[in-house]
Amino acid sequence: MTDHSEVDTVTGRSTTGHEWDGIKELNTPLPRWWVITFYLTIIWAIGYWIVYPAWPLISSNTTGWFGYSSRADVAVELASLEKIRGDKMVALGKAPLADIEKDPALLALARAKGKTVFGDNCAPCHGSGASGSKGYPNLNDDDWLWGGSLDQIMQTIQYGVRSGHSKTHEGQMLAFGKDGVLKADEIVTVANYVRSLAGLPTGQGFDKAKGEKLFADNCVSCHGEGGKGNQEMGAPNLTDKIWLYGSDEAALIETITNGRSGVMPAWEGRLDPATIKAMAVYVHSLGGGK
Amino acid sequence: MSQPSMSKSMTVGESGLAALFAVTAFLCVIAAAKALDAPFAFHASLSAAASLAAVFVILNRYFERPAALPPAEINGRPNYNMGPIKFSAFMAMFWGIAGFLVGLIIASQLAWPALNFDLPWISFGRLRPLHTSAVIFAFGGNVLLATSFYVVQKSCHVRLAGYLAPWFVVVGYNFFILIAGTGYLLGVTQGKEYAEPEWYSDLWLTIVWVVYLLVFLVTIIKRKEPHIFVANWFYLAFIVTIAVLHLGNNPALPVSVFGSKSYIAWGGIQDAMFQWWYGHNAVGFFLTAGFLAIMYYFIPKRAERPIYSYRLSIIHFWALIFLYIWAGPHHLHYTALPDWTQTLGMTFSIMLWMPSWGGMINGLMTLSGAWDKLRTDPVLRMLVVSVAFYGMSTFEGPMMSIKVVNSLSHYTDWTIGHVHSGALGWVGFVSFGALYCLVPWAWNRKGLYSLKLVNWHFWIATLGIVLYISAMWVSGILQGLMWRAYTSLGFLEYSFIETVEAMHPFYIIRAAGGGLFLIGALIMAYNLWMTVRAGEAEVQAPVALQPAE
Repeated sequence: MTDHSEVDTVTGRSTTGHEWDGIKELNTPLPRWWVITFYLTIIWAIGYWIVYPAWPLISSNTTGWFGYSSRADVAVELASLEKIRGDKMVALGKAPLADIEKDPALLALARAKGKTVFGDNCAPCHGSGASGSKGYPNLNDDDWLWGGSLDQIMQTIQYGVRSGHSKTHEGQMLAFGKDGVLKADEIVTVANYVRSLAGLPTGQGFDKAKGEKLFADNCVSCHGEGGKGNQEMGAPNLTDKIWLYGSDEAALIETITNGRSGVMPAWEGRLDPATIKAMAVYVHSLGGGK
Repeated sequence: MSQPSMSKSMTVGESGLAALFAVTAFLCVIAAAKALDAPFAFHASLSAAASLAAVFVILNRYFERPAALPPAEINGRPNYNMGPIKFSAFMAMFWGIAGFLVGLIIASQLAWPALNFDLPWISFGRLRPLHTSAVIFAFGGNVLLATSFYVVQKSCHVRLAGYLAPWFVVVGYNFFILIAGTGYLLGVTQGKEYAEPEWYSDLWLTIVWVVYLLVFLVTIIKRKEPHIFVANWFYLAFIVTIAVLHLGNNPALPVSVFGSKSYIAWGGIQDAMFQWWYGHNAVGFFLTAGFLAIMYYFIPKRAERPIYSYRLSIIHFWALIFLYIWAGPHHLHYTALPDWTQTLGMTFSIMLWMPSWGGMINGLMTLSGAWDKLRTDPVLRMLVVSVAFYGMSTFEGPMMSIKVVNSLSHYTDWTIGHVHSGALGWVGFVSFGALYCLVPWAWNRKGLYSLKLVNWHFWIATLGIVLYISAMWVSGILQGLMWRAYTSLGFLEYSFIETVEAMHPFYIIRAAGGGLFLIGALIMAYNLWMTVRAGEAEVQAPVALQPAE
């Protein structure tokens, strides 16, 4: 074989003598820093293998100098967390619900725990600021469907609303239109009457007397005289200008025609009792607690 | 054209393949009739139609062609086969734009979830694999097919092996993409990242890939050059290893041969280990070895300079392929994977740093004596910047594989940023650079329609990449820090939804970056289209190409 190598005028290096489609190669030696760094990474890797678990053996593996295991690391970290919050959570679990808000340390703990748990479990529906959205109640105001006392909030969290739990809150807004109880024009009248209860303007040709009669015949049993609501049945107060599904005529017609029955899951069994307690305190402390 | 000569007869390949496709069409009709689920019926029908079309095309091609097959040489010079290369180059551009567009859509969905429109077909979960497969396997794969068939012919100084085989590879591969992509939209998936296609697509890809390997190998064996060019080592490593990875990660038992669902043979942590052995080496051998091959041909060719160091190319090639295959477990740090396996994954990733940089050094230093060309040639600039991104990503990768770093970065947007500095910066730019070179060469044009447009493409896409990766770095590190923040009472400082809210502005910046990258690609498509349509033909055409190629 003839040697076709030549010297490249730019770099002063010779070529290898190979050529493919006009491409040649220089015979440049390996850059020193490259070789040294490569060796250093290899040495580092070998050192790491000696210190940490690294190579499989027949039925086990090398364990390294001090028997490191990530499982043991997790146990240490969990133990250190347990040290910080463990006893306090036990105390929270034992304290009667009514006493928690009286003890500043327990209250701070309950609110901190409640905030964390709320963010991961409740925020998807109620929003991370607990301000709710259509169909999901705002928990910052003092308008409560099922009661705003600590005990009532705790009960709602534990058993949910229409959740299927044996102790859940029941009670439904009936589908007056779909079930044929009210005719379409009657529903429009009732919708406008409900708007008038909240002091909202009513539509043209609205017959208030007829509305009052229809409301008394169909709605009062749950929403009460004057539409002030009934927390025993989860029937909202219709006079306070706080609306779960909207206040315009179309939204009200939809509500009266098809009913409403939003669901909140029961948290008993999913969260431990101390956590539920913490959450009740947290929600109670958001601003609207009674 | 069609005056059949006396001696004209079908080759074994033509008659055999036509018969095979006819049988396949028949079997697919049966499968469609007996299908247990709608997507399988759709895919079987599609395959039946495609098989019939293949029979028609093969026969038609036979009747149209002269009696003799295209000669290997004309006037003592190789009669290069450009048809399959042109096809793949075109498909690369098509899938590239489709893939970038889907990427932009899902980036926007992350910023504004309402863009899911509550439609299952365009929900994030289905579009995400469509995006990754479209950019990696459809765009990247076609770039690799086109350039490998080009480079192997040119550097071996011989016509591509096979008459129908190269066409079988490029069309068959794109049919695999079609089946895989439509499957994702219809909800057909194995649920293995970057290996989502179901068992029947996997089988088809296996056949196509074996033929690809054969075409490539036989071309190398027939070479007229004494040595094998460095790019061909990398292409060969890519083809062989992808075959091994594909077979290792995908053994599955179909619930029925008439249904799309199958179950993977591996279970539990073994499945996870196989998955990331596959997943990481898809990066190592598809997106690195394959594209390094492109770099080794197109940069010296475009810069008209010799490759910087032959020795470095040998050492870093062997070091790279030996070390890469071990690195997969770094995707499973702090999981049920045994500690010793995690250690090996991490240490091999660190040792991989210099072998990766060997490619960068060889790419960049090849420009010694030609740096001034970066001012005047935006195509070369694109190629060189791609190598710079390669160097950056291959430093970042080993760093992120270190367990303490990984404990912060894992599962965050940092990973997405890292992937995209490699994908947009390295794979994207080296592919664009190669296509800007390849299209005028393959279509026999004097040059590109407009270098000015290449310049625009370069700057718009570069700005897009910078926006994308810096947004993801900030958001990823922020996300990681928020996830691990504890209060003094021992509770997590932030709920998950709060971290999601914190990501929102960065998701918008990321989508904007992706949008710019897509605009750049559209400019490129226009430029290449005009190059082919309106470009001036090269004056001294080296050889007359065969018609109907």
